[in-house]
Amino acid sequence: MNRLAFKLEKRLNPSPAMIAIVPLISVLLALLLGAIFLSLTGQNPLAVYATMFGEALGSKYGFTETLVKAIPLMLSALGISIAFKMQLWNIGAEGQLYMGALAATWLPLTYPNLPAYLMLPGMAMLAMAAGGIWGLIAAIPKAIWKVDEIITTLMLNYVAILWVDYLVYGPWKDPKGFNFPFTAQFPGAARLPGLGDSRVNAGLVLAVLLAILLAVVFKYSRWGYELKVIGASEQSARYAGMHIKKKILVVLFLSGAISGLAGMTEVSGIVGRLQHGISPGYGYTAIIVAWLSKLNPLAIVLVSILFGALQVGGYAVQVVGVPAAVASMLQGAILFFVLGGEVLTNYRIRRAQRGEK
Amino acid sequence: MKEPLISLQGIVKKFPGVLANDHVNMELYPGEIHAVLGENGSGKSTLMSILAGLYRPDLGKIMVSGVEQKFRSPRDAIFYGIGMVHQHFKLVEPFSVAENITLGEKDSFLLSKEKLKTKIHELGEKYGLKINPDAKIWQLSVGEKQRVEIVRMLYRGSKVLVLDEPTAVLTPQEAQELFNNLRRLASANCAVVLITHKLNEVQEIADRVTVLRQGKVAGVLEKNQITAQEMVRLMVGREVALNYERKPSSAGRVVLDLEKVTALNDLGIPSLRECSLRVREGEIFGLAGVSGNGQRELAEVIAGLRRIESGKVSLDSQEISHRSPREIIDLGVSYVPEDRLGMGLVPQLNTMENLILKNYHQPEYSGRWLLKPKVIQKHAEVLVDQYQVKLASLHQPVKSLSGGNLQKLLLAREISGAPKLMVVIYPARGLDIGATEAVHKLLLELKSRKTAILLISEDLDEILKLADRVGVIFNGQLNGEFPIEQTNLEEVGLLMMGSRSVEERIDDNEPACL
Repeated sequence: MNRLAFKLEKRLNPSPAMIAIVPLISVLLALLLGAIFLSLTGQNPLAVYATMFGEALGSKYGFTETLVKAIPLMLSALGISIAFKMQLWNIGAEGQLYMGALAATWLPLTYPNLPAYLMLPGMAMLAMAAGGIWGLIAAIPKAIWKVDEIITTLMLNYVAILWVDYLVYGPWKDPKGFNFPFTAQFPGAARLPGLGDSRVNAGLVLAVLLAILLAVVFKYSRWGYELKVIGASEQSARYAGMHIKKKILVVLFLSGAISGLAGMTEVSGIVGRLQHGISPGYGYTAIIVAWLSKLNPLAIVLVSILFGALQVGGYAVQVVGVPAAVASMLQGAILFFVLGGEVLTNYRIRRAQRGEK
Repeated sequence: MKEPLISLQGIVKKFPGVLANDHVNMELYPGEIHAVLGENGSGKSTLMSILAGLYRPDLGKIMVSGVEQKFRSPRDAIFYGIGMVHQHFKLVEPFSVAENITLGEKDSFLLSKEKLKTKIHELGEKYGLKINPDAKIWQLSVGEKQRVEIVRMLYRGSKVLVLDEPTAVLTPQEAQELFNNLRRLASANCAVVLITHKLNEVQEIADRVTVLRQGKVAGVLEKNQITAQEMVRLMVGREVALNYERKPSSAGRVVLDLEKVTALNDLGIPSLRECSLRVREGEIFGLAGVSGNGQRELAEVIAGLRRIESGKVSLDSQEISHRSPREIIDLGVSYVPEDRLGMGLVPQLNTMENLILKNYHQPEYSGRWLLKPKVIQKHAEVLVDQYQVKLASLHQPVKSLSGGNLQKLLLAREISGAPKLMVVIYPARGLDIGATEAVHKLLLELKSRKTAILLISEDLDEILKLADRVGVIFNGQLNGEFPIEQTNLEEVGLLMMGSRSVEERIDDNEPACL
């Protein structure tokens, strides 16, 4: 009677094949699930997907737009991955991005006549400092009183968003902007140069270089080794003489600083001004990106492009009458299947033998 | 011949990658004390878990009084009269003894308190297990808690009592009392199963021994065949030295000097109280004591992991009282903590990463920024080979290693730094005979290289085998100290229970037992 029973058996070691295969299968399953929903609403799923990916990856315009969306995702996810490596759950990338955008904006608004070689590095530094300080605000109570950083970083997101809103609706509002909630247009010196004639900006180069740097830091550096030990066991880290408190401060500062840089590339590279709702939730999507990439910086680059494509594809399918929310649905489904699929990396499924229970 | 109470026939249990029990047969007769002996991983815990209904066997039968029964849960096992006393007690601390005894009984609240107390009292009288039913568990000593566990099983009608390493947490005196009680239980026609790897206990109390090796029964010895040599031969499959060749210590200068050190435990209560202690170059100072008397705090104070409130710690006449853990590591202090996997080693990291845990910052293993992967790998290869750590791959997370291999790995790292002072706490806890021998030999070899060693242990045999001087820690203070030649087991046992300050014990710690 047990002939058809299956058994989950713990693997002695996680299967390396599964670590690679699970994310791929998860994407396919998510598309399949999406297809079921699409056909239930009377759409032809193949046609919808063809439009989505044909637009997002197939056309030159679509692909550059995909990259445009991928830049802030990459930067924020890279920032998040540093904190997550140490098991510091920084979910405040969104707020850190907003603060970065805010600080970067201050420079061209206050000194509009600076030359580009001072303006751009200045904006980047300010953005990183502001994002970093936003991370530090959560890090200090964490280091001293063990205050849960999940709560503090999350709440600081709203504070940051409200600060930006206050400024763009109030003191920084463009006097010639017909009362729209945005600042004045930045001078040319404050705009990140684009790649070719597209909207893709130099932020992409920055993000890819940073990913390579982080990959090396995580794998080969003393600093990355400490990160890994503290993340795995605080007890052991203390025993080995590592300074945990200092590390919490530094890590959350860096994590926030990189997300802050994402804010700078948005205002300087894409929009050219600070405005209400500067990020449509990049900081949150980046958490999913970092997690799907298993905190591997090079994987983050690829997964960010995939998620960028989903977003652009989402806009594209509106033309054929499908809501853009289909992109968010697919993102959610991918995460769902990846988390579920993790069982397979740690367990194997075996047919139970007869008589075995 | 009498009919067996329980008979296990051809028990097979597989786990992924291991055959834990391979056609094991065992019979338990009423009135016998039956020891189950085996190294770690020999399958004794698995076998007992099957007997107690925690696991179901893949193949084989459990016969209760000659009838085959299937145990679907521990409840079934209890129903058929099998009671298990685990090493870690399953008691609810704030509850009273009586409440704990009826815990989990579905209809217990119908039973009147008076009847229950009479029953507990009766059981106590019959088997000599006297216990106050109104005492709260947290008020009891470890020995008394164990007694509650036993009474609980008897109360539920257990005829077969399985005890998992019952003496691991007891002082010699408490252990002796336990054995007397077990004797009485056996003479009342119960069967007692004792899981252990302490040979002297088996010799002292067991009527029969089943020795397991690699999941199979290696042999069954009757009372008159039980000798330490024979048991070890069956367990390990080869001869093992029961005593080490001891070289007289050439104790030199004082390396570690603690002067009236006071420190708090994690709850903020003083657990080292003006403790003074000295360890010399080239000697093993064995510190005996029941755990929880300040041992862990002492070790952490020396390693710089715990702040001291007053007093002074010196290493080679240099004060290290307020140095950071890293400075103390770099001054040549090694520390093997009791919590191997969680403090001493990082479970998720691999062997190479674990072997550089304490010296990754030294120029040998890293530059200003980057680690030196080739040097690190070479270092790991050499140590794994030299210390005979068995592992599948250097890249595998260490959490999959056995206890003995973890301890070897940990010692390899701590010894390879050629320390001036080595603090080891419970080094052989949970290790089997083979691994224990290996660990002890490493410590003796380290001693011959002039390292001062502070050996903190609860196992008096271990201390007597290794130490040159013996001290006893009780209630955060050194309660007696002798050279090994003058050490008397009886006296050390009494000191471990604080006999020198009897008045004090009555004051702040009135025994809860009647």
